[in-house]
Amino acid sequence: MHHPQGGHTGLEVDLAQAGPIPLKARFACRPGELLALVGPSGSGKSTLLRAIAGLYAPASGTVHCGGERWFDAEQGVVWSPQRRRVGLVFQDYALFPHLDAADNIATALGHLPRRERRLRAAHWLERVNLEGLERRLPRELSGGQRQRVALARALAREPQVLLLDEPFSAVDQVTRRRLQHELVQLRERLNIPIVLVTHDLNEASALADRLCVLHGGRTLQQGTPSELFRRPDSPEVARLLDRPNIFSGRVVDTAQGLRLGWGEWCLEVAAGLEGLDEGARVTWYLPESDIVLQRRDRPSRGVRENLVTARVDELLVLGGQSSVTLRVPHESQPLRFDISTHAARRNGLAQGAWVNVSLLAAGIHLMQADKLPALPADDHPD
Amino acid sequence: MDALALVVSLKLALLTSLLLLAPGIWLGRRLAHSRSRWRPLSESLVALPLVMPPTVMGFYLMLAFSADAPLGGTWQALTGTSLNFSFSGILLASLVVNIPFAVQPIQRAFEALPDHLREAAWCSGLSTWRTFLAIELPLVMPGVISALALTFAHTLGEFGVILMVGGAIDGETRTLAISIYDHVQAFDEGAAGVMSALLLVVSFVTIAVVYGLAARHRWRGR
Repeated sequence: MHHPQGGHTGLEVDLAQAGPIPLKARFACRPGELLALVGPSGSGKSTLLRAIAGLYAPASGTVHCGGERWFDAEQGVVWSPQRRRVGLVFQDYALFPHLDAADNIATALGHLPRRERRLRAAHWLERVNLEGLERRLPRELSGGQRQRVALARALAREPQVLLLDEPFSAVDQVTRRRLQHELVQLRERLNIPIVLVTHDLNEASALADRLCVLHGGRTLQQGTPSELFRRPDSPEVARLLDRPNIFSGRVVDTAQGLRLGWGEWCLEVAAGLEGLDEGARVTWYLPESDIVLQRRDRPSRGVRENLVTARVDELLVLGGQSSVTLRVPHESQPLRFDISTHAARRNGLAQGAWVNVSLLAAGIHLMQADKLPALPADDHPD
Repeated sequence: MDALALVVSLKLALLTSLLLLAPGIWLGRRLAHSRSRWRPLSESLVALPLVMPPTVMGFYLMLAFSADAPLGGTWQALTGTSLNFSFSGILLASLVVNIPFAVQPIQRAFEALPDHLREAAWCSGLSTWRTFLAIELPLVMPGVISALALTFAHTLGEFGVILMVGGAIDGETRTLAISIYDHVQAFDEGAAGVMSALLLVVSFVTIAVVYGLAARHRWRGR
């Protein structure tokens, strides 16, 4: 999303300040959408979440939600957290230790008559699969159960936006999977914007409809996980998304047209070279999925474009998947891709062996080393 | 056994601890949340009675309570009585001396509360006041009880300050601790022994209550 929404639904955030925590963030989230804010620690993710909730007021900018103006620094509008109707799940859950599960949830039911609160709390416990645990104190619950109570408490308020601050970081792997699964199910019945803060890229791309990459308080790029992973705007975004295969090359003019010169090779590129001058330096990126290993048993068939010969530097077998690191003579950066372990065996991949790989022209994504504006969406060949 | 002194002591200890309760909670919470650079100064002022010799404390209070001083003079003008050598005087002195006992345990309890709890309460729609009553106060209750118990026990045993400000007037300013001293001076070690044993038991029970609550607090802090 490169422009804020015109309508008055969902969440629109546009915040900036020079310090003490630098911010320059702009993003929106539609009702029913799950937006993940991703970035390294200290990138301002939690600060943005707190600013949406009304727990932090940046120096300038606005926060709109559900057609209401919650925050407008220039106009002096600062709604209190109580007035904003947000559901916030804290990283440490922040359950009230002296209240049982039902009362923790009932605390957020102040809008209902007193008699109905425990009943309603029981209903919410049921929705997060904790029926029967009404009387348990937080210390008598497991980590996963606590997270569910925190989620139920956040939702009990019937919020206009659900904010999740690293909600899966404090539980073990098995519980995390289950909680993530439950969130996906719960989402189907929630028609509010959901903002998830996480530093776990796998989690973000598995759960979110869109990602928003943050660094130093700045929103760098937003898009669907596949957009971001295939077409990062800049080397910075690619690095923040932990992408391998970022190289530099030059534009060369050949008899067949403009090509990407990379060492001895002239690589064909599906889009992006047009309009560039011969000799211009470009930074380019190739998604791992666009590196195709040429099969030894059928060398002349299949994809033949952009054939590159490289030496296997490392082969890491990680169960069913193997991670392959290739070296080409002229390049300091390795080529990395994953391949199924049986395919690696069949092709006799081993350290030191020379292999041929195709770098798919449609996958090669050009970025200028400094700032390159985002490619128009219809230039994305998928 | 000086029953009159026991009554004075109990009355003084009860009034001191109850009167300091609300200000102790207010000041303890304020100090715990304060990000002012003056905070160390405020904390030092609160702790000062802990380190000042009681006689020095009593000396300054006696000066402040005298009819020529602004405080003592105003009191004299309003009530027609003197602060020095009166129950009101030793109560006021006792309130001042006990500020650290009334504030510090509560301040520690507030400091131990994670900020997230208050924020979670606000995000759940609870007003600042409701957050205080429903979330903060129950969780700092062990600190509040510690403050009450420590103030109570400390007042029962206070000697120097009371003697300087109040003297030893029967039924007015002669507390148990002063009475013990007087009885020893008069070679009545039997009575002094009974009263000392009483103070010993009260002090022990008080401290036991405090540590018992501290142990309970440990699981709550998690």
